[in-house]
Amino acid sequence: MVHDITGPLAVQSWKNLEETKVWDPDRIVVIFDHFLPPPTEQAAKLQKMMRDFVEEQGIRNFYDIGRGGICHQVMPEKGHVHPRDIIVGADSHTCTYGAFGAFSTGIGSTEMAAVFATGNLWFKVPRTIRVNVTGSFAPSVMAKDLILEVLRKLGVSGANYRGIEFTGQTVKDMSIAERMTLCNMSIEAGAKTGIVAPDSKTEEYLGARTTKSFERLTSDEDSTYERTIEIDASTLSPQVARPHSPDNVAPIEEIPESRIDQAFLGSCTNGRTEDLRIAAEILDGRRVHDHTRLIVTPASQEVYQKCLEEGHLEIFAKSGAIVTNPGCGICIGIHMGVLGPGDVCVSSSNRNFVGRMGSPQAKIFLASPATVAASAIAGRITDPRKMS
Amino acid sequence: MIVEAKAVRFGDNVDTDVILPGKYLGLTEPAELGEHAMEGLSPGFASKFVGGAVIVAGKNFGQGSSREHAAIALKAAGARCVVAESFARIFYRNAINIGLPAMECLGILNQVADGDRVSVDLEQGQIRNLRTGATTSTEPVPLDLLQVLNDGGIIEHLKRKRAHE
Repeated sequence: MVHDITGPLAVQSWKNLEETKVWDPDRIVVIFDHFLPPPTEQAAKLQKMMRDFVEEQGIRNFYDIGRGGICHQVMPEKGHVHPRDIIVGADSHTCTYGAFGAFSTGIGSTEMAAVFATGNLWFKVPRTIRVNVTGSFAPSVMAKDLILEVLRKLGVSGANYRGIEFTGQTVKDMSIAERMTLCNMSIEAGAKTGIVAPDSKTEEYLGARTTKSFERLTSDEDSTYERTIEIDASTLSPQVARPHSPDNVAPIEEIPESRIDQAFLGSCTNGRTEDLRIAAEILDGRRVHDHTRLIVTPASQEVYQKCLEEGHLEIFAKSGAIVTNPGCGICIGIHMGVLGPGDVCVSSSNRNFVGRMGSPQAKIFLASPATVAASAIAGRITDPRKMS
Repeated sequence: MIVEAKAVRFGDNVDTDVILPGKYLGLTEPAELGEHAMEGLSPGFASKFVGGAVIVAGKNFGQGSSREHAAIALKAAGARCVVAESFARIFYRNAINIGLPAMECLGILNQVADGDRVSVDLEQGQIRNLRTGATTSTEPVPLDLLQVLNDGGIIEHLKRKRAHE
């Protein structure tokens, strides 16, 4: 899988290999999401180059503007992910598909050129860290709060060169959307991948989306883990990652009620229907604070349509939020809501590095969709349990 | 392979958003990307690499996004090698693949000050500080990766291998 930023470099490198035909056009997926729609002529040119490549190589799995959305949402939605698959994507959040029991990991563009040419790549089987979760979430506490707690415990390099396996009754009880949030942010601890054992929910989700047959997989009874982290979800409060690192996490009770200029609800981490639904329930009948702007970005066309049908987009519009088309632009500081100097943003996305969403003088707090919605109403970082 | 240049020093967890901010991801030409290397720290930072530099850094260098643009920008700006206490895995692979030598060395930050002239021997796993005379030893870069680096990256390496087949 490549998108409109990493794809052009991959194609450039592949052409340097003096190749004329990719190894297997049916096993390559091209998704436009970072420049959706293109904010500059330069971006439009890159997309044109990718369209030409797709046509010339006969790649049928191509999702242009209006046909897909954020790559990590589109891949499973369109049936390109199955348990036991090995998937490489030229994007660091490719680890998201572990939520379906696939081994998936991010690589660079030049490595992707080698994959385009040969279909081969080398990997070492990583050691695994197990995160075992029991107990039920309190109301307004979500998978995002759990993965932020995991990041606090592991740190940004705590899982470097390792896999993270999420186990336990709480994970079994989670929706596919929540499992995707967990696996998605495994990279924020440096992990090669995150993974969850597939089950009947996985089968139900994929059954409607793929014709390929697939088998479940589970870890062996006698699997060894480098370490196991035990978490009781019932003890968790909403969590917030403070500037400028995703592991700079504290429970919301310890976060000063900072004034926020912008709130962002979306991304490959938390832009799914379930996420927007929770935010809409909190925003229903309320207004976004006068000094705060709320930007909502559904992760895909499918999510957009579903949220339209369920009435969430109407709630957002009435509350004073804007709803954008699907895409990555805001999370990565390209367009659709770039932060200015001094701006403070609470975001449901995955990274709060210096300059990630625009100005290096901006501050980003990472939190759950519920916390983002509650904070947008209050105009300051706010515990969603106070709003329900 | 031996690289000799002045050291430009960084701390832990330098991320790819700092190395190459997202707003430049529309660029594909190495020279253009190079002008913006490390711009997340301060505008014009890339000029510190002019004339050649060895990046000396702490833990988890290159964390975050898989954008190969980050490694390309550093190389194009003048970085000839990165020696770090540890690397984020995607950045490490990207660096080797585009022909930017990368070597892990625990404790290197204690041995090198910003601006020191250093000599890095990738094959022997040694970093010599030419100002202090101190030598720090580490795991050498594996031979197969050295071959990739000697050929200037994975693409040139594959082409050369094919020519010999």
